[in-house]
Amino acid sequence: MKPPIFEYFRPKSIEEAVSVRADHDYSAILAGGQSLIPTMNFRIANPTAIIDISRIDSLAEYRIDDSQIVIGAMVRQRDIELSDSVYKVHPLIRETLEHVAHVPIRCRGTVAGSLAHADAAAELPALLLVSNGCVVAHSASGARIIDANELFQFHMTTSLADNEIITEVRIPVMHDDAGWAFLEFTRRHGDYAVAGVAVILRFSEDGICEESSIASCGIGSRAVRLPEAEAVLLGKKLDSNIINEASQAGKEYVSAADDTHATTEFRQHVLSTILSRAINIAKSRARYGSE
Amino acid sequence: MKKSQIRPDYPERSDDPLHEVNMEVNGELITRNVSPRILLADFIRHHLGLTGTHVGCEHGVCGCCTVIIDGRAARSCLTFAVQADGSKIRTVESLAQDDGSLHPLQEAFKESHALQCGFCTPGFLMSIVSQLEETEGEIDLSEDGIRVMLSGNLCRCTGYQNIVKAVQSAAKRMYKTN
Repeated sequence: MKPPIFEYFRPKSIEEAVSVRADHDYSAILAGGQSLIPTMNFRIANPTAIIDISRIDSLAEYRIDDSQIVIGAMVRQRDIELSDSVYKVHPLIRETLEHVAHVPIRCRGTVAGSLAHADAAAELPALLLVSNGCVVAHSASGARIIDANELFQFHMTTSLADNEIITEVRIPVMHDDAGWAFLEFTRRHGDYAVAGVAVILRFSEDGICEESSIASCGIGSRAVRLPEAEAVLLGKKLDSNIINEASQAGKEYVSAADDTHATTEFRQHVLSTILSRAINIAKSRARYGSE
Repeated sequence: MKKSQIRPDYPERSDDPLHEVNMEVNGELITRNVSPRILLADFIRHHLGLTGTHVGCEHGVCGCCTVIIDGRAARSCLTFAVQADGSKIRTVESLAQDDGSLHPLQEAFKESHALQCGFCTPGFLMSIVSQLEETEGEIDLSEDGIRVMLSGNLCRCTGYQNIVKAVQSAAKRMYKTN
């Protein structure tokens, strides 16, 4: 179908954008539009005002400082995927982005936009969770930081207020010693995940796992961390029994009901399989992982 | 534009003010007034009369409407025409020369019989051209690599094998690799 009629705004500054946002009860932010426009074509979303933030120059840049990668709300997924400087400090980002839809979608879609859309099966919310990232949200009353674990509430629902705009995504750089992996299972390449996992592990010199971060998408109403599985790995040398135990512990987080793609039982099986593979890959990439 | 303008099939409404857009389409500067809800795909077809860009699923899955915006492949059904204001757009009509000689990728499609009904072909061509150009041919041209490159486009005649062959042969011609 065709999108419904809306009022179109194209602000030049964040201040102008938040003021338009404050004036409208049902506005939507248009960045890349790769999630918003399909929902409008389907008439699932029917905003009366569209705020196109593509002409706010300050949002189109990303930078890396000592501790974090700061990604403006208009930075396209493809730019981050191809960035060697981002890859150098956080290789998991490229590996995750390669699973996000297809190249033509990533050329337009933004990192912040995917997080704001918060599809339960989307990959980037799991990336933000596993990396302990956050977003910066602006409203007419100022800016605030929302941590990943507070942002994602439910399928396509975030803790963002109606008058707020995500202006920045902040992802802490990965430790040099860390190992990483992103794996997912989909029916077709580029589809939303039946189940996906993101893993970051770090080991002490004698091979003891001292940092364990695991997140998953596609298995419930939102992307989640898997603390029970993380806890199994912490403080241990990772042999096949421990990795198996962790991947079994992940199963309890599968809450999605049976759908056309998978039954709950099948999703649990898929999750534990890819989780165990991802832990093995992360371990092999980590310094001291196989001491 | 080479083709005559086709009458837009969108009714104009007084509560839907028009916005001026300027863009360069296939090298030609154009200015039009459009409703903000007009999708770029419909703008290209109905306002500019360039009907080579096809509309399949209208929600970003099939890839038939793929065009190149500022050097990168994009779904024109997931872009409003107003967003492309100030951009350079290339559609499938830009590939062949004015004298009718085909782009190397089109030649390869023809020789490899890489199209059957042809509905999906413009989207495949623009998606492949942009990815080859973006990487200057430095892209994985194994069968697996090409299938990833093609993964954003659906062919309902399922003639993928010949499309893979055509991409390999076109990349050789365009970049003299392998």
